[in-house]
Amino acid sequence: MSFRQAHWDEPLLIEKRSAPDESVDLSGLVPAAIRRERLGIPNLSEHDVVRHFTRLSQMNFGIDTGFYPLGSCTMKFNPKFTEELAALPTVGRIHPDQDESTVQGALRLLYELQDILATIAGMDAVTLQPAAGAQGEYTGLLLAQAYHRDRGEERDEVILPDTAHGTNFASAGMLGFHIVEIPSKEGRVDLQALESAAGKKTLAFMLTNPNTLGIFEDHVLEIADVVHAAGGLLYYDGANFNAILGRTSPGKMNFDIVHFNLHKTFTTPHGGGGPGAGPVGVKKPLEPFLPVPTVQLNGRGYHLDYDRPKSIGKVRAWYGNFALLVRAYAYILRMGGNGLREVSDRAVLNANYVMHRLKGVLDVPFGGMRKHEFVASASRVAAKGVRTVDIAKRLMDFGYHPPTVYFPHLVEEALMIEPTETETKETLDGFVEVLTKIVDEDPAVLHDSPHNTSVKRVDEVRAAREPLLSWRMAKRAAGGS
Amino acid sequence: MPSEEDEMLHAMGLRNIDDLFTDIPTAVRIPKLDLPDGLPEDAVVSRVTSMLAANRTVVDMPTFLGGGLYDHFIPASVRAITSRSEFYTSYTPYQPELSQGMLQALWEYQSLVCELTCMDGANTSMYDGSTALGEAARIAHRILSDDVCGVYVENPNFFGRFEEQLEDIRRLTKAPFVVGVNPIAQAVVRPPGDFGADIVIGEGQPLGSHANFGGPLLGIFACRQEHIRKMPGRVIGLTRDAAGQRAFCMTLQTREQHIRREKAMSNICTNEALLAVAAASYLSVLGGNGLRRVASENIRRAKELASAIDRIEAFTAPLFNGAHFNEFVVRSQKPYASVHKSLLAKGVHGGLSLGRHLPELENAALFTTTGRHAPDAIERLLKALREVR
Repeated sequence: MSFRQAHWDEPLLIEKRSAPDESVDLSGLVPAAIRRERLGIPNLSEHDVVRHFTRLSQMNFGIDTGFYPLGSCTMKFNPKFTEELAALPTVGRIHPDQDESTVQGALRLLYELQDILATIAGMDAVTLQPAAGAQGEYTGLLLAQAYHRDRGEERDEVILPDTAHGTNFASAGMLGFHIVEIPSKEGRVDLQALESAAGKKTLAFMLTNPNTLGIFEDHVLEIADVVHAAGGLLYYDGANFNAILGRTSPGKMNFDIVHFNLHKTFTTPHGGGGPGAGPVGVKKPLEPFLPVPTVQLNGRGYHLDYDRPKSIGKVRAWYGNFALLVRAYAYILRMGGNGLREVSDRAVLNANYVMHRLKGVLDVPFGGMRKHEFVASASRVAAKGVRTVDIAKRLMDFGYHPPTVYFPHLVEEALMIEPTETETKETLDGFVEVLTKIVDEDPAVLHDSPHNTSVKRVDEVRAAREPLLSWRMAKRAAGGS
Repeated sequence: MPSEEDEMLHAMGLRNIDDLFTDIPTAVRIPKLDLPDGLPEDAVVSRVTSMLAANRTVVDMPTFLGGGLYDHFIPASVRAITSRSEFYTSYTPYQPELSQGMLQALWEYQSLVCELTCMDGANTSMYDGSTALGEAARIAHRILSDDVCGVYVENPNFFGRFEEQLEDIRRLTKAPFVVGVNPIAQAVVRPPGDFGADIVIGEGQPLGSHANFGGPLLGIFACRQEHIRKMPGRVIGLTRDAAGQRAFCMTLQTREQHIRREKAMSNICTNEALLAVAAASYLSVLGGNGLRRVASENIRRAKELASAIDRIEAFTAPLFNGAHFNEFVVRSQKPYASVHKSLLAKGVHGGLSLGRHLPELENAALFTTTGRHAPDAIERLLKALREVR
């Protein structure tokens, strides 16, 4: 398979020829002392602007372009019908401060989605407010703190396994909690290490299951017992929920708090980095602390409940990323309970199949089966001077987005591969064949790769040494004014 | 012919799909999800569309709400650009060689924000204006120089009034100075960079995105050069490729959660990048001239509407004198709740009731207008206000 990405020498907007600035009469509108006379935004033709961004889009790679096995990110097909629904004026052109009687459709959708997500996760109540998974973590930890404080306990230690996502550390750090990191044993939580870490200061243990190695933490009930015996709460990082739909649930595994990544499991588009949505579900004892407002139903219809005296307050403005919640809701109706279970079945089948086929090509540390993703290591080719980064860059030459690389940290030269359920065997076989070929290639070809992308290997060190974040910084650095 | 699932299972020496789930202990297994079966695409579309039809949109009902989110006209080109699936089905541009388009678009967004605010650097987005302010407070705490952690002022402020004393406020303190802006208003007022702001934040939704019932939104975050290494979130930098050509990549990643972990400047990972692309498209389609026209038109219309409301006996507008952008406080003789009900009964949605936020303004509401209100919408509001009993 060969691939050539478009290359345009597309100038910056500011480098295009701009029509002259027109004067705008601001007298009587803006006081003279604060009136602005000049704005450095170019005046271009609409056609040129559309052409500019269309050319840029051709120098970008999405899941509609090709295979995108970016581990932990669940880059699966984003159905088109949910885009149509999200574009309805009844989604976009309603204001969150409208009278409740005028937004009954939106409130009903939120109410039902709260309920559906609680069912899927085996939880008792859900807030849809957090804008992303990391904000869900932040919310969940605040809920845990509020819960302990309500019982007269001040706890400030968050236990994390060494396989945890970076956001877990950052969310706990942002809240000023102490982090106790425990090592893994054979790719799973070391129960003894957890037992010695857990105690009176334990606020919560955050766990991703299956973990970031794609391995199911099969002694999860023992883990829950250890954490609960110490008085701590068990937090489920939902990044890998795509692996277990309809097979088990965080509630069934005795987790107390869970965040969902709707842009992963429920396939709202990733938007080049966002928006996403990170709802949080909890068991009954934590419900009083959920952010305000929650959506409730009474005899008069759906309404927003602000009367929650124990609430942690708000974690953002308004109620959540509504247009994403609409897409996730529609996706869940489309799949149904049976379809969601099939999602996980195929996601797990695809991951194990690719792992099976790659075993002779790359090392796969830790035995046993995986769930929706697996982590390979390129350390066996290190001897000939090839690193994971070279393999990743070379994959682009064949039209593949590279896997997540150098994570999790406990695997050397890691490639974290998540095929997702929407890929066919033909696509997976093609990827395996290319990867097999690349590993045997002349190292020089790999070092010089990628060759077929719109630019050659990008100098990230230079970018960080002298950060140029805008036209004005770049102009100044070039000696302009 | 065996299905491809069977072929794959067979290749692994497995008999059925359940063989792949034997690592899940029986004690935690569930037989199935307790949800109805899936529906065909057209059934889902009808069901969701008809559920949402219970909403009354700002198209169905003249609506005078703002308070951070505004219904401005958005040229169709903006959606055409953000609907390019190469953009919206990609993720964070971790691999710059394959992602130059998104990287350049986001770098141009950062540049446009810097032009609007006269700051040096910007990130690619925070979740919304409110979380951008929270993050600004955290930076201010990190760079604080004396007892005061930071000073925050908005221009225009929550009541829609332009803040004319930024220069004086800056002189009062050496503490980090954070200014919140409405990005469209910046086209016609002197930018925060002129007044020594350290950090500028704002709600970027007016730049090419709908209100979306409150999300997704766009948190604007910009700062002076000396603070860029403390900035939260994804940041795109200009650099070169191995052939010496101009290229872009994510940079200053050592501030971020995936490298710095608990010492990270923020936990933000997924952000609002697509809305940043919408903002860059919106600003480019309008151009500096178009944006200044939109801004001045908003001021003019708000001024006219306030005068017209003020001429109705039972109302005072604007409650606070001075120049306003596109919203202003209206005080009524009666509690605003009854005014609100009366307007709604006539198919008009009034402004944001202020009593819940500020009890001393029980009888007041924040009314907003933009270029979107046709003359008959304004007339319906005025008529309904005159008829409030």
